[in-house]
Amino acid sequence: MIWIYLIITLLGNAPPRVFDVPNDGGNALRVEWQLPPDSLGKVDSMLILRKTLPEGKVDTVAKAFTNHPEFVDEGVNYKKAYRYSILYFIGPVQIQSKWSSPAKPIASWIDTRKIPLFILMILYTTILLVYIFTARKGRELYLRPIAGLEAVDEAVGRATEMGRPIVYIPGLSTISDVATIAALNILAHITKKAGEYETKIIVPVRNPVVYTIAREVVKEAYYTIGRPDLFDPGQVYFATDSQFGYAAHVSALMAREKSATNFFMGMFWAESLILAETGASTGAIQVAGTDAVTQLPFFVVTCDYTLIGEELYAASAYLSKEPLLTASIKGQDQMKLLIMVAMILLSLLSVFGVNITLGLF
Amino acid sequence: MLQRRIPLVIVFITGVLMSIQYFIPHPVSQSAYNIALTWFRGVASMAYAIAVISFVRHHSRRLKQPQNSFYSAVALAAFLFMCIVGFGFGIGEGTIFAKMYLNVQVPLQATTFSLLAFYMASAAYRAFRVKGLEATLLLITAFIVMFGVTTIGNYIPFIPKLTEWLMAVPNLASKRGILIGVGLGMISTSLKIILGIERNWLGG
Repeated sequence: MIWIYLIITLLGNAPPRVFDVPNDGGNALRVEWQLPPDSLGKVDSMLILRKTLPEGKVDTVAKAFTNHPEFVDEGVNYKKAYRYSILYFIGPVQIQSKWSSPAKPIASWIDTRKIPLFILMILYTTILLVYIFTARKGRELYLRPIAGLEAVDEAVGRATEMGRPIVYIPGLSTISDVATIAALNILAHITKKAGEYETKIIVPVRNPVVYTIAREVVKEAYYTIGRPDLFDPGQVYFATDSQFGYAAHVSALMAREKSATNFFMGMFWAESLILAETGASTGAIQVAGTDAVTQLPFFVVTCDYTLIGEELYAASAYLSKEPLLTASIKGQDQMKLLIMVAMILLSLLSVFGVNITLGLF
Repeated sequence: MLQRRIPLVIVFITGVLMSIQYFIPHPVSQSAYNIALTWFRGVASMAYAIAVISFVRHHSRRLKQPQNSFYSAVALAAFLFMCIVGFGFGIGEGTIFAKMYLNVQVPLQATTFSLLAFYMASAAYRAFRVKGLEATLLLITAFIVMFGVTTIGNYIPFIPKLTEWLMAVPNLASKRGILIGVGLGMISTSLKIILGIERNWLGG
């Protein structure tokens, strides 16, 4: 009985300590409590009680266990203050600790964990802007040839010579995916090129939002080259939003229309091989571009040319030859160089036992 | 002129605001993000309506083409049937809509997906043809990796370790290289769009 009395006294007099969780929107408080050393195994369970101020409403927020003397309450509001207490169950006895002093969660305006990322973003933006301003001054910038993009003219030309259409797939992802935006940028270039030769381009789309944008992109591209008459509302259409339904539709389209050229640009998943292999079996020239690392091998095997990862994003600049767009590619290369140097230096330091993560990991 | 300038201004303002929002955990910033998401959902739902019209128009036009009419007739009939049973009798568990989905669409999708096995075999054949040094290296590596994940491979002393090394070192290194490039490319593309340098999404 003495030890129960001791525990009651010790627990009852020790209110939990409450701390704000940093770098959040003021929606979490960390509650810590200390158990007397000899109480381990004697306390069966605990309930964490929360009193909301100024109303004074008491809620049970969680059931805690003795070996985890810490709890993060994520159900709080930064506009209110809170007090916490622990209700201990020791056999048939219930003991409640004192209420903690009031604590108010702080809503942070800056997430300090993201500062290194922010600095990197500013650095990268600065590098890009420097190159863009350099290009504005008229300095010519060299871009290494990319086989897949050099082949675009050849691919469009082939379709023109054969009198067959071009099929353009802007990926299967949503417009939130940057790869889809890159694919739509490339679509504008290819439509212009196809329009100059009066070659038909068919764009079946999987996502409704992407469909509305792709339609406008194609329409505007024809306007830009002064051939609005070439735009056929039926050439860009919504096929289906089912992944394999779309794959089946596009496969049938390529087989029936006997397209001379197929472009697969953007984000793809398991359907990539179905699409590209069907296209290859029809004898079409195929150019693919994706940032989906898992789908790249399938495209490399089945397509004549493949834009790997970042080449997809560089395509628009490369095809347009616009100095401002080209400059951004140069900036990107410089950033890559910087990352490579940092990786080598940090790897070397790591070999010598100095581990610096720059707070990024 | 305004038709092009207004979208560019909207993109610049929202692009900058949403970039800053990522670094601010405050509820004010989070509610701005939620508003943007709600707007996106609203726009997407309208886009669905437009997409359905596009689907019906596309297949209606193709009904006049003899080589496509059968397929388009099936697509339109299936669409109309699902609309009628969906709106008429609901889409919950046990309804005709749910039964059609589970017993027709799901097996059809699974069938298309399973075709991948055959496509993979033909793609693998093409990839592993020994045409040069690179193709030979690819063939050897693929052989080791495939062998390493089989039961027999596990009995050969060095094969599982070599497979593990191939996947964890050269394969992962090249993957990471691509991913770093992709990350930078994404930021670069986003920045070009926010600054209005890239305008091809507006048609050029």
